[in-house]
Amino acid sequence: MSENAAKTENYLNVKHTVASWLFTVDHKRIGVMYLATILLFFFLGGVAAVLFRIELMTPTEMFMASETYNRLFTMHGITMIFFFLIPSIPAVLGNFLLPIMLGARDLAFPRLNLASWYVFTFGGLLGLGAIIFGGVDTGWTFYTPYSSTYANSNVILAALGIFVSGFASIMTGLNFIVTIHKMRAPGLTWFRLPLFVWAHYATSIIIVLGTPVIAITILLVAVERIFSVGIFDPALGGDPVLFQHLFWFYSHPAVYIMILPGMGVVSEIIACFSRKRIFGYHIVAMSSLAIAILGFFVWGHHMFVSSQSMYAGMIFSILSFLVAIPSAIKVFNWVATLYGGSIKLDTPMLYALGFIGLFTIGGLTGLFLATMAVNVHVHDTYFIVAHFHYVMVGGMVMAFFGGLHFWWPKITGKLFPEMLGRITAIIIFIGFNLTFFPQFIVGYLGMPRRYHVYPEEFQLLHVMSTGGAAVLALGYMLMGVYLLYSLILGPKASSNPWKAAGLEWTTPSPPPTENFLEPPVVKHEAYAYTEEDTYRDDAETKGDTHG
Amino acid sequence: MNERFPVIPDQASALARDVDMLYLFLIGVSAFFLILIGALIIWFVFRFRRTSDTDRPAEIHGHTKLEIVWTVIPLVLVLIMFVWGAVLFFKQFRPPADAMEILVTGKQWMWKMQHPSGRWEINELHVPVGRPVKLTLTSEDVIHSFYVPAFRTKMDAVPGRYTTVWFEPTRTGSYHLFCAEYCGAEHSLMKGWIHVLPAEEYDDWAARIDPDLAELTPLEAGERLFTEMGCMACHNPASGALGPNVVGLYMSEVRLDDGRTVIADEDYIRQSIVEPMAKIVEGYQPIMPTYRGQLDESQLMQIITYIKSLE
Ligand code: HEC
Ligand SMILES: [Cu+2]
Ligand SMILES: [Cu+2]
Repeated sequence: MSENAAKTENYLNVKHTVASWLFTVDHKRIGVMYLATILLFFFLGGVAAVLFRIELMTPTEMFMASETYNRLFTMHGITMIFFFLIPSIPAVLGNFLLPIMLGARDLAFPRLNLASWYVFTFGGLLGLGAIIFGGVDTGWTFYTPYSSTYANSNVILAALGIFVSGFASIMTGLNFIVTIHKMRAPGLTWFRLPLFVWAHYATSIIIVLGTPVIAITILLVAVERIFSVGIFDPALGGDPVLFQHLFWFYSHPAVYIMILPGMGVVSEIIACFSRKRIFGYHIVAMSSLAIAILGFFVWGHHMFVSSQSMYAGMIFSILSFLVAIPSAIKVFNWVATLYGGSIKLDTPMLYALGFIGLFTIGGLTGLFLATMAVNVHVHDTYFIVAHFHYVMVGGMVMAFFGGLHFWWPKITGKLFPEMLGRITAIIIFIGFNLTFFPQFIVGYLGMPRRYHVYPEEFQLLHVMSTGGAAVLALGYMLMGVYLLYSLILGPKASSNPWKAAGLEWTTPSPPPTENFLEPPVVKHEAYAYTEEDTYRDDAETKGDTHG
Repeated sequence: MNERFPVIPDQASALARDVDMLYLFLIGVSAFFLILIGALIIWFVFRFRRTSDTDRPAEIHGHTKLEIVWTVIPLVLVLIMFVWGAVLFFKQFRPPADAMEILVTGKQWMWKMQHPSGRWEINELHVPVGRPVKLTLTSEDVIHSFYVPAFRTKMDAVPGRYTTVWFEPTRTGSYHLFCAEYCGAEHSLMKGWIHVLPAEEYDDWAARIDPDLAELTPLEAGERLFTEMGCMACHNPASGALGPNVVGLYMSEVRLDDGRTVIADEDYIRQSIVEPMAKIVEGYQPIMPTYRGQLDESQLMQIITYIKSLE
């Protein structure tokens, strides 16, 4: 192959037909298809949030009935969690980067990977159908017997959507585990893996172990609705609290499905923009596994007042405290990484630092919730709402956008306007805090969640929250605009615009279909920022494509 | 407390103060770590900012002592939080033996309560200041949650079983009662007020029974139901009765025909009435008819109150 042809042909421009996308088995293209799909769901979930935030500006009904309000917060929760957050980093960035970071040509099972996208999209369409044909009003938690007997909405369709999309998660998880075990490049030992890979390894384990449980649980709800078999409804001889055990057995670990990949992204960004190996690499890697395992034994902290035994509650409380420790360790290690570094505050780094701050608040308020006596008061109030948005939006969404900016040149081959990127990151940070910090206060004051109308004294804090949401929405829109702009008119990106370590930066942007021009051999640990090779970029070494 | 911009709700029970103390401790610890981490980040970002693109900072692999320090300190702190929280939690949910019992049923979308004096209320609950009050909760339909922010307490009302929550009001006044568990269309309207009255005033209030409604105390109502529903036919303590004697049943050990033994608590008695086939008492025939649908949750509670009183 001539040097020139190799330089111009990449995974994006090999073929342009629609079929070449729909039938692709290239993990990079599938990652991009996932990106488009989940952004659609992010948009839908966001619109729902904007609508009910406007409604909540007044303590009484403003422009929507309770039924509508309930459908909107349910739609927000279901789309954001099942169709955006859970697939976000793994299915998009993980799909795109994992094989490249491992020096592999593709994932272990490329066709399974394509199948996962179809399955996910089909699940998403079912979910969408539930919304279009009248909506669902159970909340994303589907508590029984409300969801299984009393709710008068499209529970079955939504449940099927979640059930189906669960298979997509499992396919991706299996694919990642096998790929990480079997397809590492020569020289790439376990402890030379980037932390992004470790995080995805831990996440995949949770996905494979946990997802079947939620799939079956949600299916049982549908079965009870259709056939009136007594599973959860006490009027039929079932046990409503059993549902909560099964649901949270998956849905607490799901929090780690959502946050661990974000932690992986943040590790990559921090290393690059401080030009340092991550402090305590081994401990950070192992803490991901610790979180994955411990995370399966804390589900009862959602159920302290559900009639669960007090002694069981105690066990869940202490285990929840213990799972906080590996997270704290990660935060300390990231901060220590900055020490003695060469720090540059480019857009991805702003998101990563924002992540640390917001995730720290999310994690610390998690301690409030693990503390049983305080949990009793704030359970099912806005305090919880604030807490999990700090973890999932302040944490995961910040990490996702940080990662998207970081690898944007690699994925698209284009640069985005850096200054606009930084300004947007700051707008999003401010908007986020303005939206969710007041919710801690109103929650402790006693404002229950999922309330359409509420006592007047809470209005001021709700108005602040809605104002913040407007700022946040502005930030997201700005990002959408400049990223689209860069896609079309952005300057071409070189192979390593950030001067980052990692195999993905040794190949052209965008990478060729087979990922590397020559199969790579790994000689260093991850984050080899003391090695001069790391800083190599094809913009400077024109004509020379091998390392 | 700042009146115009409150951050702590009214404290109307002894427990409320304890919970707030713990809350403030948690805020203190959190603020410390947040400020520490924030300050370090800002300091490092300025101190170690990139001055030239050729900067090649030295590698630092880690530091075992530091890792131990920042593992052990948080560990100790969370253990303190755990113990403090658990001790308080047990206080929160262990009602004193002399607590006055009020029966509460949640129902889409209202709360029904019956006082020991027999008086009924909907969505408003009058309680005496300075006396422990225990609520026995259940639900007619879906799960609800009885939440009084001013008492810092909450408990789910679960269909098919009984849960309890208790409090001792320390301040007279009216406080919010919310349903905290999402329960359908009008969840946010399932709220009301807790009115804390001076003790004597409460006694007067509770004694004012509406004669037209012929309000009976839960105990009297239970006794009457026991006869009217035909329970007597089989559960008459006389010899040769078809069903077991229910005198002294409450909290006793019952042997079942499959060899298991169970403690006859409220949940067991309730199940025996609505789902008699689920657990058959040893030595008896499974002939008791189900009363599901014939007795509502309040009536079930009354019958159970009556059975509990038989000693
Ligand atoms: C047709 C006769 C019959 C009638 C009427 C009847 N029971 Fe029973 N009941 C039984 C028999 C027989 C048993 C023991 C077998 C079993 O556990 O089902 C029993 C068991 C019980 C038990 C469990 C007792 C134990 O020792 O564990 C309770 C409580 C009870 N019944 C309450 C009631 C109440 C309250 C009513 C009226 C609303 C009622 N029963 C009506 C026949 C009857
Ligand atoms: Cu959890
Ligand atoms: Cu409710």
